Amino acid sequence: MSSNVITAAVGQTEARPWVDELHQWLATVDHKRLGILYIGSALLFLAVGGVEALIIRIQLMHSHNNFVSPQVFNQMFTMHGTTMIFFVAMPILFGFANYLVPLMIGARDMAFPRLNAFSFWLSFLGGLLLYFSFLGGSGLYGAGSAPDVGWWSYAPLGARAFSPGHSSDYWTLALLVSGFGSIGTAINIIATILCLRCPGMKLNRMPLLVWMNLVMAGMVLLAITPLSAAQIMLLIDRYLGGHFFDTQAGGSAVLWMHFFWIFGHPEVYVLIIPCFAFMSEIIPVFSRKPIFGYPVMVAATVCIAFVSMSVWAHHMFTIGMNSYANSFFTLTTMVVGIPTGIKIFNWIGTIWGGKIQFKTPMLFSIGFLFQFLIAGLTGIMMAASPFDWQLSLSYFVVAHFHYVIVGGILFALFAAFYYWYPKMTGRMLSEHLGKWHFWLFLIGFHLTFDVMHVPGILGMPRRIYTYEPGRGWDTLNFIVSIGAFIQALAILVFLANLIISYFTGVRAGNDPWDAWTLEWSTSSPPPAYNFATVPTVASRRPLWDLKHPEDPDSRYE
Amino acid sequence: MAGLIIAESAIFTIFVVAYLFYLGKSITGPTPREVLATPIFYTICLLSSSLTIHFAAKALERDYTRLFLGLWLLTIAMGGLFLFGTAEEWHRLIYEHGLTISTNLFGTTYYSLVGLHAFHVTAGLIMLSLVAIFGFAGEVRASQSGRVAVLSMYWHFVDAVWVVVFTVVYVLGR
Repeated sequence: MSSNVITAAVGQTEARPWVDELHQWLATVDHKRLGILYIGSALLFLAVGGVEALIIRIQLMHSHNNFVSPQVFNQMFTMHGTTMIFFVAMPILFGFANYLVPLMIGARDMAFPRLNAFSFWLSFLGGLLLYFSFLGGSGLYGAGSAPDVGWWSYAPLGARAFSPGHSSDYWTLALLVSGFGSIGTAINIIATILCLRCPGMKLNRMPLLVWMNLVMAGMVLLAITPLSAAQIMLLIDRYLGGHFFDTQAGGSAVLWMHFFWIFGHPEVYVLIIPCFAFMSEIIPVFSRKPIFGYPVMVAATVCIAFVSMSVWAHHMFTIGMNSYANSFFTLTTMVVGIPTGIKIFNWIGTIWGGKIQFKTPMLFSIGFLFQFLIAGLTGIMMAASPFDWQLSLSYFVVAHFHYVIVGGILFALFAAFYYWYPKMTGRMLSEHLGKWHFWLFLIGFHLTFDVMHVPGILGMPRRIYTYEPGRGWDTLNFIVSIGAFIQALAILVFLANLIISYFTGVRAGNDPWDAWTLEWSTSSPPPAYNFATVPTVASRRPLWDLKHPEDPDSRYE
Repeated sequence: MAGLIIAESAIFTIFVVAYLFYLGKSITGPTPREVLATPIFYTICLLSSSLTIHFAAKALERDYTRLFLGLWLLTIAMGGLFLFGTAEEWHRLIYEHGLTISTNLFGTTYYSLVGLHAFHVTAGLIMLSLVAIFGFAGEVRASQSGRVAVLSMYWHFVDAVWVVVFTVVYVLGR
């Protein structure tokens, strides 16, 4: 081991285990460690993005507030959006995919372990690059400046004339770099799933989580790359004097919107499909029933992926497209509701008649089902282009997509944390703190985002710095901000739970939930090689077969 | 590699769309019709390099190492010739016609699309040359034919993209 040599040379014999450990984490190519690194770095950025959200909410608490300056406010919402999407949601989901996919298909690692490490460090350093803009955004003279042009960076705001200094460059480069990281991970996930399945693991026997991550990775290849291409064009505009998005030379600001949303909307599904995957694993286990409608779930996922590639311009109904385009994108957007509805019915079908155990993962899953449904319903409302003309760029939209991302994605992620934490650390998360976390977060969430719809309908635009009193927005905004603080409190409970349970949690054993997929057949945490002997499977629930040799699933498939 | 090719195709698609979208939208000259000449010879070079690399990979599978090296070098030579053709064209455009990336929309889209492709050719040539160096060191044998096949897949992709770029820039674009 080279690390031994290095530490011995320095002569730090006492600190050696610590240095060794650190070196092993930094130089690791193990999919489980990289998964945890992804998740850990995402939690770090979650805390930062959360603080930015709180600053936004304090500023909007009452009318004519000046808690921060307008410039800082612009930076806050830009950084909040960019951080949460690119450096929290994506890495955390990649982290789970990295950790779980090889375990679930009975493989010893990802297909390309070094590419895996490379992709992680690209994403993570991309995040650090974005935050370095606070120091270096104006080129290191005086105070820096973070990007402040919104997370869409609409043209011409991103152009040199309107975004002087380097703040937009940090944004562009951070997204380009982390985008390459995402592409690497997506290629890796696809290759792993297609080439490294254990004997007997046919495509139609893969756990749904694996299926959905396969679809997600395919979408990443097609969705992230347009953004990368657009970022390259923006760099050409900013540095080589190109005219892609320069309207004065005949360029088009609308083209940037198209390119951004060709990425932007599939991105939503890149984020939500792994969450569907968590649901499809967790709900059956806590309902004590196999998933209802496995083939339909797979078909619905592929269908969502396919349709979601042709809905992007529903973000652009207000820019003045012709009526054919408006009708087309209204139609496609509504069509997405069909496979999504199928999924919700399948999950309810799984719960129906089951012996439901209301452990914390299940609580979060039920929260997900309910909230994701409502988020979908407001989505259908805004898919109707005339309705969208009224409410686009208002707080109604902000409430809608936070309902998807917080009420859907974040709830599913919390469920996943409570469900797989025992596998990752060998210790259970505290149920007691888990219940506190769930109820506090649920109350905070509904206070914030249910109420947030109303000022939107009353006409409050998004990204507004402050507002006049007497428009009927004050009380509502105050309630929204209170809710935000309750959510922050719940997150603190969650983080405390993660740390306390790591040291004092009940030992989990291999299979604390009596589950059915392969990751529970190995020890918790799994050894570096995952499985001592590569398992062979004969059905969709290999561990059920193992526990019930008298009545195996393989008899019915 | 198939995954990478899908991702790369999406990137090229965006640049091609931008090129087509901005066709004829330039406010000032020069226009494609005035300045572009169809690079037929260099196109033939690039496209036939696809053939040579294919036969090189086949030769390696059967362990004909010398034949492999010969065809491989021929591929590199033709790829290099193509790159020279692009450089010559750019030199002519810049110094005779005064068309740079910031002149007008045509310049912006032309240089970025063709440049993106040339960048991929360059990356491919570097990888091909690495294999050639290892080949001369006697390290490339039939056991490596899988890896060489992956690289040749990339090269085919670069050639296929040129067919699209050629059609868009030199046929439709004029």
